[in-house]
Order: sequence, then C-alpha cells, then structure tokens
Amino acid sequence: MKDFSNKYIFIFSIVMVAIVALVLSLAATLLKPRQDKNYEIEKKKSMLESIGIFTERTETEKMYDKYISGSFTVNTSGEIIEGEEPFDIDLGEELKKGANDQKLPVFTAVTDDGQEVVIIPVDGTGLWGPIWGYVSLKSDMNTIYGVTFDHQEETPGLGAEINTTPFESQFTGKKLFENGLFVSISVLKAGAAPSIDHGVDAISGGTITSKGLEKMLKDCLGIYEPYFTANKK
Amino acid sequence: MEKEPIFSSKNFKILTEPLGKNNPITVQVLGICSALAVTAKIKPAFVMALSVTIIVAFSNLVVSLMRKSIPGRIRIIVQLTVIATMVILVDQLLKAYAFDVSKQLSVFVGLIITNCILMGRLEAFAMSRGPWESFLDGLGNGAGYGLILIVVAFFRELLGTGTILGYPIIEKLGLYSIGYENNGMMILPPMALIFLGIIIWIQRSRDKSLIEKQK
Repeated sequence: MKDFSNKYIFIFSIVMVAIVALVLSLAATLLKPRQDKNYEIEKKKSMLESIGIFTERTETEKMYDKYISGSFTVNTSGEIIEGEEPFDIDLGEELKKGANDQKLPVFTAVTDDGQEVVIIPVDGTGLWGPIWGYVSLKSDMNTIYGVTFDHQEETPGLGAEINTTPFESQFTGKKLFENGLFVSISVLKAGAAPSIDHGVDAISGGTITSKGLEKMLKDCLGIYEPYFTANKK
Repeated sequence: MEKEPIFSSKNFKILTEPLGKNNPITVQVLGICSALAVTAKIKPAFVMALSVTIIVAFSNLVVSLMRKSIPGRIRIIVQLTVIATMVILVDQLLKAYAFDVSKQLSVFVGLIITNCILMGRLEAFAMSRGPWESFLDGLGNGAGYGLILIVVAFFRELLGTGTILGYPIIEKLGLYSIGYENNGMMILPPMALIFLGIIIWIQRSRDKSLIEKQK
C-alpha cells in the first residue's frame, strides 16, 4: 500500500462521501413509491389476517375491497368524527397525544360466515422495537374474532413468535369485558387453559415481548372502551 | 451455490476452502455474535446467510477494484463505508422488490454491518487481491458462514421447538405421546455456542492440522 499525501486523503474522502450520498439518496428517492405501496399492501394484508383471510400480496387489494366494508374515525368518548382518513392514521402517534386530541380508526368487515366484525389497530413496544397488529371483534364488542400481530425486530424463535399462527389463534374467542368491566387479555407465563376467558399462553424465552403485547392490548383497546360500550349488540 | 467452474484450481480453492479448512466461523472464529442471534430457526439463518454472502462478495469486489487508490491510513473507514452503503442498498431494494424477504431480514441489517467476517475479508483479502478472486473469496466465506449457521439452526430448531423449517416433525412422528419433550434451553443463545463448540471439536479431531502447536 502506497503512502498518500494528506491532500489526496482529503479529496478521496470527500469524493467518496459525495458518491455514496448520491447513490443512496438516488436509491431512496427512486424506490420510495414502490416501498410506500408495499407498506400499504402490508397494512391491508394484516387487517385481512385478523379476520382469518390470508392473501398473496398480489391479491391483497382485491380481497381488501371485498371484505372490508367500511372505515371511520372515533374520538376517545366513542363518538364518530368526520373528515379524517382512518387508513392514514398512525395509532402509535395518536397514543402520544392528549386524550382529547386522539383520533382512533375503526374498520368494519363482513367475514365469510356472514358476521359483522370491527377491526381495531393496536400499537406497542416489544423487547427490541415496535410491535403492532389488528384485533377483530364480534358485534358484541367483547368476543375476539381473530388477531394478527407483527414486529420489527424481535428475536426469531423467541419474541418473534407473536406473529405465528399457534400464538395468534389462542386469542380467538377470548373476551375483553367481565361483567361490563374492561379487563383486556393477559399473557400468562404459567400457561392458560382454553377455558380461561382473559388469558393466553406466554412465549417461552419471550417474556418481555409477551409483557409488551399485554400492555399494548390493554392500552390500545382500553381507549376504545367507550366506543365498545356504546356500540355493543 | 457454486457455478460450473470456468476458473482455475487456485480460484476454486479460494471458493471452497472457507467451507471447511478455513471456515470463517469455526476456524477464523469470526461472526460468532450473529451466529448466536439468528440460529434459533432455520429460515432466518438461511436468509442471513444469503444476505451476508451477497454483501461480502460485492463489498470484496468493490474494495478490490478500489484497492490501489485507497489511502492506507483511512482504509478501515473506506471499507466500513462500502459495507454500510451495500447493506443499505440491498435493504432498500428488498423493501421495494421483495418485501417479504425484507421483513425477514429487517432484524439482521444492523448485524450484517457489524459482522466481523465482512471487515475481516476486506482487510485480509480484498485489499491485496484482484477483483475476481476477491469476489470468489466473498462467495466462499459467505457460504462457509451460512453452512455452519444452517447446521446449528437445524439442531436448535429440531430440539428446541420440534420443527424443521416450521414443519412439526416431532409431532408427526408421534414422539410427544410417548413422553418426549422439547428442550426449551435450545432456543436460548448459549446453546448456539455449545453447538459451535461441538462442531469445532469434530472438525479438529478429523483434521489435525487445525490444532495449534503446543508451546
């Protein structure tokens, strides 16, 4: 390796950084529309999974239009507010706001067996990063029809198990309310028998993710409580 | 992995040695941290192996092409910049064109940048060798890394969760009904180290030339 002059080193660094910056910003700008589209499809795909519809990415939009029958926004008192686009609301951002300013998206769907369900987004924190998902409720606003969870960087085999079918399917049929009081769903380390209404099995080796998920459900479904109470059938 | 060789036996050796005699994990002892993290299941281990292979091969190629103009005093920074750029580019492309793979990979992007194999190969090989050799060296080392990862992941997934690539093999064989239980410890990181130790042990007992001379 030759020894280069300081001047050369400076010029080399500047040119290298400029090229790298150019390449990366070009890539980011050119690919952004495609990536945004992918995120949108992903969101629709997750919503459909919460009502038990699993789709290929190419089919997702068609199925979304078929199953999702409507969407609206409510406030923390459970009243519908106009002029918002529910699909674009980021629940994670809303949770940071004061209770009076929170805008909560609700999606409605009709399942294959003809039930009308509502789909509620949930958003929280796992061990390493954000976790999120969708919970669909039957029209009694109490019984869970299905759930889907996802995560950004939980450990495969441990925390990442939250988005596997064996874990998610435990939620079906669980109840949010007990004698009219909101109790949410707990993730139980000792294991939960299917007969328990408010608990599911935790994940071995994924305690913090499990706890994060429990908190996410309590927090996110909790702020919808007035809406649930007002609209149960 | 290997294409039909149009390259010389020396180049072929560059490609295959990392699979055994000069394996990046078991012999060079690089990339251990990521080997612990991603081997609880086979699928992420495979995705990780594939992305490391691609990135190390292309980083090797780029650094090798630039090697005559890289000032020695800032070479590590230059190498790091090349790796980081490559990782971000791959990540962006996956997000746009292979979203499902990118979801699998997202966890590991940071780990790839810090993977010692990349820096190790750039510094030890690509800085002094031609582009084609460097590219092969990258492919070989990535594959050698991947091989160990997948072997470890296979055993950890089988013994820890009783599945192979998500297929519940133990359940289908009916072993649970005769009292078999999964070993929960297998899915915790220390077991990866123990498996690596066993692999190194086997490899060294078969190939005595790997054992360091007693001083």
